[in-house]
Amino acid sequence: MSSPSSLRLSIERRALGAGLLAVALLRPARAERPGLREAVLGFTGGKEPSEGGITLDIPPLVENGNTVPVTIAVESPMTEEDHVRRIALFNERNPQPHVITAQIGPRAGRARLSTRMRLATSQRLVAVAELSDGSYRSASAEVIVTLAACVEG
Amino acid sequence: MARALINLPRTARRGEVIEIRTLIQHVMETGYRPGADGVVVPRDIITRFTCLYNNEEIFAAELAPAIAANPFLSFSTVATESGILAFTWTGDNGFEQTETRSLTVT
Repeated sequence: MSSPSSLRLSIERRALGAGLLAVALLRPARAERPGLREAVLGFTGGKEPSEGGITLDIPPLVENGNTVPVTIAVESPMTEEDHVRRIALFNERNPQPHVITAQIGPRAGRARLSTRMRLATSQRLVAVAELSDGSYRSASAEVIVTLAACVEG
Repeated sequence: MARALINLPRTARRGEVIEIRTLIQHVMETGYRPGADGVVVPRDIITRFTCLYNNEEIFAAELAPAIAANPFLSFSTVATESGILAFTWTGDNGFEQTETRSLTVT
C-alpha cells in the first residue's frame, strides 16, 4: 500500500518523464547535410578517387577545435603535362561538409596547401586532389577533438 | 582595413619554388553560433582568396565556414620573373581587400 504522498510523487515523476520525452521528441533535428561521400563524389563528378599519392597531415588528437593546422600534399612533378588542378578538403561531422577547395597549376611548383580549420567534433576528414589527366586521388584522417569549435555557442 | 600578414622572400632565383604564407584578420563567423542574446549570429566569412603573379592567377581558394578565424593559407609558386604579386580576399558583406608585394627574380 502506498501512502497518498508517495503516490502523488510517483505521478509527478511519471509526468516529468513524459515531459522530458516530449521535449526530446519535439526538439527539431539538426538540418540534414550531405554526407562525406556525397560531398567527395560531388567534387569528383561521380568518379571514385584512388588511394595513395596524397598525404593529409593533421594532428590525430586535437585539443582545441577552433583552429587546427592541416596540410595536404600531393605527389606530382607539377609540369605542364602532369600536374594537380584542384585540391579539396571535406569533413564528416561539421555543419557543412566543405572546408576548402584550391585551384593550383603547373606554376605552383609543388602541390602543397596548408591552412587552419575548425572541427565541431571528433570525425574523419578526406582530402581529394584532381590531376591534369582527369583522375582523382584521396587520403583520409581520423581526428579526436577534446574541445569542439563553438557550434553550440 | 583588416590587418594582413604576407610572408614571401623578397628575392628568388629564377625557377626556384618559393613558399607564400598569408594571414588576414577576420572573424569568419560561421552562421551557426548563437550570440549572447541567443539569436544565431549571421554568417560573415571570407569566401574566396586569389593570388595573381603579374596579373596571372597562380592560386585561388574557395573557403567554407569550417576555416578558422583569421584565415591562414600557405601555398607555393615558381619564381619566373620579377614583378608584383597581388593577394585578394573577398567575402560576405562586401568584404574585399587587396595587398601587393614585389618579388625580384635574379
